[in-house]
This record gives sequence, structure tokens and C-alpha cells, in this order.
Amino acid sequence: MITILAITTIAISPVVQSNSDQIILASHCPPGFELTDDNICECRNLYQQYESLRGSGVGGLKSALPDIRDGFSPQQIDLGRYLFFDPVLSGDGSLACSSCHDPDYGFSDGKGRAVGMDGSTLKRGAPSLWNVGFLRSLFWDARASTLEEQMQGPLYSEVEMGTTPERLTATLNNIPTYRRLFAQAFPSIGDGIRLEDVHTAIVAFESSLISLNSRYDHYAHGYESALTQNEIQGLNIFRSFVARCAECHTPPLFTNQQVAVLGTPEPDGLPLDKGAQETFEDPRFRGGFKVPGLRNVARTAPYMHSGTFETLKETVAFYNGGRGHAIPAGEDLLLHWHIWEPDLSDQELDRLVDFLGTLTDEAFMPQVPKILPSGLKPGSARNKNG
Amino acid sequence: MKWKMLIIWLLLFVVGVLAGRFLFKSKPVSTIRTPVKLYEDSGGDTTDLKVVDMAQVGFQGAIIEVRDGDKIQDAVKKANPGDLIRVYPGSYSETVYIDKDDISLQGIIIGGEWPTLNGKKELNDGFLYSGNGMIIENFKIINYKGNGIMGQAGNNFVIRNNWVVDAGVYGIFPEFGKNGLVEHNVLSGIEDAAIYVGMCDNIDVLHNETYESVAGIEIENSRHCLVENNYTHNNTGGLLVFITPGLPIKTCFDIIVRNNFVVDNNHENFGAPGSIVSGIPPGTGILVMAADDVTLEGNIITGNNNAGITITDLTMVTNVATDPESEPNPDRLVILDNFMSNNGNEPVGELKVLMAAQMQSKGPDILHIGGGTGGCILDKSKYRTFGLGDYGQCQVRTSAAVKSYMLDKPVPPRDISAEEKGKLTYYGVCSGCHAYDIRMIGPPTRDLQAMYSNNPQGIVDYITDPVHRRESYPEMPPQNYLSEETRMAVAKYMLTVEK
Repeated sequence: MITILAITTIAISPVVQSNSDQIILASHCPPGFELTDDNICECRNLYQQYESLRGSGVGGLKSALPDIRDGFSPQQIDLGRYLFFDPVLSGDGSLACSSCHDPDYGFSDGKGRAVGMDGSTLKRGAPSLWNVGFLRSLFWDARASTLEEQMQGPLYSEVEMGTTPERLTATLNNIPTYRRLFAQAFPSIGDGIRLEDVHTAIVAFESSLISLNSRYDHYAHGYESALTQNEIQGLNIFRSFVARCAECHTPPLFTNQQVAVLGTPEPDGLPLDKGAQETFEDPRFRGGFKVPGLRNVARTAPYMHSGTFETLKETVAFYNGGRGHAIPAGEDLLLHWHIWEPDLSDQELDRLVDFLGTLTDEAFMPQVPKILPSGLKPGSARNKNG
Repeated sequence: MKWKMLIIWLLLFVVGVLAGRFLFKSKPVSTIRTPVKLYEDSGGDTTDLKVVDMAQVGFQGAIIEVRDGDKIQDAVKKANPGDLIRVYPGSYSETVYIDKDDISLQGIIIGGEWPTLNGKKELNDGFLYSGNGMIIENFKIINYKGNGIMGQAGNNFVIRNNWVVDAGVYGIFPEFGKNGLVEHNVLSGIEDAAIYVGMCDNIDVLHNETYESVAGIEIENSRHCLVENNYTHNNTGGLLVFITPGLPIKTCFDIIVRNNFVVDNNHENFGAPGSIVSGIPPGTGILVMAADDVTLEGNIITGNNNAGITITDLTMVTNVATDPESEPNPDRLVILDNFMSNNGNEPVGELKVLMAAQMQSKGPDILHIGGGTGGCILDKSKYRTFGLGDYGQCQVRTSAAVKSYMLDKPVPPRDISAEEKGKLTYYGVCSGCHAYDIRMIGPPTRDLQAMYSNNPQGIVDYITDPVHRRESYPEMPPQNYLSEETRMAVAKYMLTVEK
């Protein structure tokens, strides 16, 4: 009984407190942001030279991005960074956001399906967070439209980070350094740390993860030599109406943020994941998933919602395998109309992989904090549950 | 007499050539060109070369010629914005991609010989473009697997006088573009839409002929389009105005379909399994699905065996997931005076059942099934109609006041000053390594300002080809992928940063 109480009601106590009073929140914006006179970080990038049709944020090489969630202060963003990496946010102190969204793995975790508390394997993979501040459709099954809404999924899920709003605020309020930092980042609040500010700070940090200066981008802005002949050929296959990749993975984010039913196989022995059918309560979306962006895709293997494919080559080959070739017997999915039989050559598949490699840019990689206010070790995909 | 005439003709020719040279070879200046009526010459090395008012339209570019055996792509590589690429008759087997602005590609047809892009059923697309201000005209495009001409973004485009035969899935396919003209093209043998305007605004589709394709002309999730004077015949469906669910731009409205011949669209449906058009019943003249404020006027709609005009909501698409963000009903349809006869001779599928229930064996001229409100029709009693009980009498008699939906002036590029460009580059690129007063990967900007005070050129030189000077910092990668103008803009901006 006592143990249960300890687990369910008592906030986690920090393991070590030493050094964390040295932590000072940054007063400058992260890369990619300009600090305004009002102490606000506003996103600046070369795509702001362009427009997009009806402000849709989709188009071609020189099209504008969707609006980003910006407007946070440098202190809020930096506080969010500490929270993001701090396992103290989870119910048992074992998992941080960064345990599944690890910068070393393109802000994913290198696993097909994410691993939650107690080492349990979850249903789907952890998506990359690069450029997540531009997205309005979140989760594989598109069930959230804001980052605040999204993060409450893993934070308060029993099988993921396994905390509760009450426990989270209690835990953070127990750590003097967090109390000091929240007071600095949210000066108008009173004494205690409020849950909404925890959410805001994490959103502030997540929205600061910008990757828009890859070799592809250099090409898009007009530097033809940025890509090799093979890569340009890959780009042309990517946007051709035979492969049709760009019809859903539309530049500049390489997602149109819609849901598509592809009919990808599940890993061994797993039943079909209903995906967005549950979100929209509509059987037409059975097996449908949100189209993910492809920036830094070379860093985020394995691929698809449950990590069925180890390599990009296997992934692009799936689309070449024939409409519906991997649908389990007895399932009748309403496949997306762009899933067809493009009949690409093996060489063309290689060129697609070449092109996908040009979308890598991690120049604005944030630093993993050396010390956390909780005194815990920053969460990473490697030391998870460890 | 004959001699005199010949001399006069010769003189005219020489003057013409000189004038042409003068106009073509003048100093390149970057200008925004009007996208319509740029080149009215018939082309070719003939004496009837007619250069209409080039000065007036501001042509200042270079002319690059491509002849049989050359690659069109090599000319595109050489071309700068504002240039004209003229392609002579011959067979060109390539995918031409254009990721620059204001490039004109003009085929020269000589004695009936066309410059022909031949995909040999091996290549994916004929033309792929992403730039603004594209002109593609006078090409024959055959045997591709994807699209004949495909635009992804790109405003102010002109696609005209192209002859597209069996170019794959779509013939002419501009997507995400604003202010475009598709005219005088002839297309056949296309397995989806011969002319497809998708997610675009302000497009005119005029004087085209489409036949033996699954869809003749398709306007999808687009606004402010005029489809006029086209001849679309012997397709599965002649002319479609659609909302397709699941696309990132959700609406389709303000479309005028006027003075078209929509005739005998009874072709067997050979659309790819799963494609939306694969569900279109043969015998479909005009199909309006879920689009709003569509005006149908002055069309000659005959011999379409299912129905002349079909108006329906999104429930008709059974092979695509719904879209909570797409409004599914065709509202405020305006059916003005149209010529309709001999439609509905052999209704198929659902419509056949529907008509049988009415004790009729023929399909109607005009059919409205499913949701949609606010429709109106002139002289309804002229036609055989079904499902138009809610339609009122139109208050307007003609849409003639709309001459074009193209814009008076080209869509301008976003107006961005050098300072702004410098700022976007500084934060979008440099800030990864340099912050104002703290050390990141590279030295603080403040230190660089001291080093390069009043010397932006020094910064430009350094970032173009950096030399490793400070042991305590890693070597800087060259930033030569930024244009020279951008490098100067960012150097100047960097010297003004204050925090």
C-alpha cells in the first residue's frame, strides 16, 4: 500500500540538486529566430521571400511555408529545452521527451515503434520533431492540431511518460531551480509553477527546431550546383507524376499535412493499425496516417508509422510494389488515389534515395543541457529506462 | 514591277531582321513581363516573321536556340530570367525541368515539322517547372509516362499551342499557380485529365481541343477560372469542375464554363484503378461535383450518353476518403442558356436505375443528385431535367461581363528589400553559428562587426571562400550557394545587428 501511494501520489524527488543553481536561462533566441524589442523570438528564414497560394504553405521550390508557432521569449524557449530533456517529467523519472525524440536520431529514436515506461513497446514510432512548429496536424493519426494538445498525449499516457497533471506540477514545484526558472520565463505568475506554463515552455522549445538550410534548400533558392546530377534526377522523379511523391510530400515542408491510406504492412504478427479511422470515426480512413514531413529523413530510420522499413530504399520500393500489395487478407482499405503502379526502375529508386539524402540539415541543432534542474541525466534514446 | 516588289520585300525583310536584332539583343534588364500575347510570330526562318511590339512588352532577354541533336535542358541551364529558348523541329527525348523564373520555351514549327518531346514510354514527364513567368508553346509532346507539362507552383504562366498525344496520366497539369493561361492546345490519349487545373487561382482555359482521354478538362480545388471556347469530345467525361477531398487547398468556386462544345463524351473509361476519374461513367458531358458558384453558359452539349450536365455532392466519390474540411455540396450553381440535345441515350449504373424508377430509359440533359442549395436555371422547361426541383429562375442572363479571370497585371514577386533579404539570410543561415554577443560555433557577430567595420565586401569575400584564421574556432564552410546579391545583403545586415 505504501509503495503504491509512493508511486501514484508523491512527486518524484530530485536525485541530485547540486550545480543546478548555476543554470541561467538564455536571453538570446535560438538560431533561426530574431529577438524583437519586446523580447520575443520571431522565426526568420529564406522562404519568407516567397508567397504560397492562398497562404497554404505548400507549392514548389520557391513557395512560402505555413505559419509557424513563434512569439515565445528566449527564456521560455530555453526553459522548454530543460524540460524537454528532463526525465523528471515522467511518472517514474525514467523518460524525458528526448528519450523518444532524441537529437542524435533526428529527434526520433531510431526504433520502429517507440518504447514507453517499463520497456513496453508502443503501437507506433516516434516522429521527428524538426520543423514541428509549422504543423497543424499532429500524431500519426492526426488527432491533435496543436502542440499543447499533442504533448498531453505522451505526458499523461500510462504507457508512455505516465505522469498526471497534478503530479507534474507537484514535481516541478518541488524543485527550487525550476521555480526560479519559471518565475524568470513567466514573470507575471505568482509563486507556483502552473501546468499551462509547462506546456507553453515545451511548445516554445519544440517550435524552435528549424531545419531549412539543406542542400535541397540551396538548390531551391537558386544555387544549381548544390545538387549532383543523380540528386537532381532524384528530385525530378520525386516530383514527377509517375512517382508522385511531391503530391503529398509537398515542398517546402515535404508534407501537405493530410491523411493518406497507403496500405503499408505492419511488423511481424501485428494486426492492422486502424490509424485515422479512430480519429475521424470514419471507416474510409481505416489504415490512414498523416503524411510526415521528410526533412532529415535520412536520419530517422526506420520508416512508416510502425517502422516496417529499415531503409529508405525499402521505403520507396514499397510505393513501387503495386497498389495494395501489402494489405492483409480480409481487409478492404480505401487506398489513396496516388498509390498506384509507377513501375519505377531500380535505378530510379536509388535516385529517389539520393534525393532524400539532400534534405538533411541539422545546423540549428540545440544543445543538450549538461545539467538539469532535477539533477537527473538528460533522457536519450540510448539510456532510456537505463 | 516584279523587281520593284521583290526589292521592297527584301528591304522590309532586312529592316525586320535588324529591328528584331536590336530588340532582342539589348542589355538584359530584369523586368516583370506580361504573361499574355508575348510572341505572336509564327516562328521559323521565313520572311513572314512577325514580331509584334516586342518593345512594348519589354522583352529584354537573350535568345538561345536549340536544334535537333541538342538538349533543351542545356539551354535551360544557360538561360537567365527573361530569356527565350527557341527549339527547332527535331526529336528531343528528355525531361526538361525549369527551376528559374521568367523563362520562355518556344517551339518553332517549320513546314509542319514540330519540335517533338518524345518520352518513348521510358521517361516520366515532358516539362517540369517550378518558376514563375513560364511560357511553354508550340511543342509536340508524346509518349511520356507521367505528365506532358507539369507545373508545381509558378505564377503567371502561359501554356499554349502544344500538341500532346498519349503523354501519360495528365497532359497539361499546372498546380499551385496563380494567374495562368492554357490556350490553343490539342490533347488526346490521356489516362486521367487531358487539361488539369489543380489548386490554382485566376486561370483561363481557352480554345483547347481534348479528346480520347478519360477527362477532357478538369478544374479541381481552384477558384476564379474561365473555361471558354473549348472543344471536348469523345472523352469519358468532357468537362469536370471538382472538389477532391484530401487536398491541402479545400475549395473550388467562381468558375465560368462558357461557349464550349461538349460533344459525344462516351469513351470507355480507361482511368487507372483507384484514380478518382476511374469512377466517372462514360457519357458524362459536364460534371460539377461539390464546387460552388459555377456558371454554365452558352455551351453546346450534345450526344453525351449518360447525362449532359451532372451536378452532385461528394457522396458520388466512393473511392476516396471524405474530408472533414471540405464542404461537400455544390451550391449556387447558375445554369444560363445552353444548347442541349441528344444526351442521355444510354444511361449507365446508378443513373440507369434512377431513371428506370421514373419509367424512363433515357438519361436527362441536366441532373442534380445529392446536396446543394441556391441553384438557378434559365428556361428550365427547355431541357429534360432531373433533381432540379429547388432551382429558381436566374436573375442574371449572361456572364459576358467577365472577359477573363486572369489578373490585369502579373502577380508580383513578394516585395523584399535588400535589407530584409539580408536579415532573413542572417537569421536563416548565419545564426546557426553566430550570435550577437556570445560565442557559438563561430565568433560573435559583435567581434566580426569590429573586424569588418564599413567593409561588407570583406565579409562577402570571406564567406565566399573562407580561410581558416582562428585556431580556437572550427573552419567556416563556404556560403557560395547564396547569390552574390544575397551575400552582400547579409554582409551589410550583419554589420547593423545590435542584439
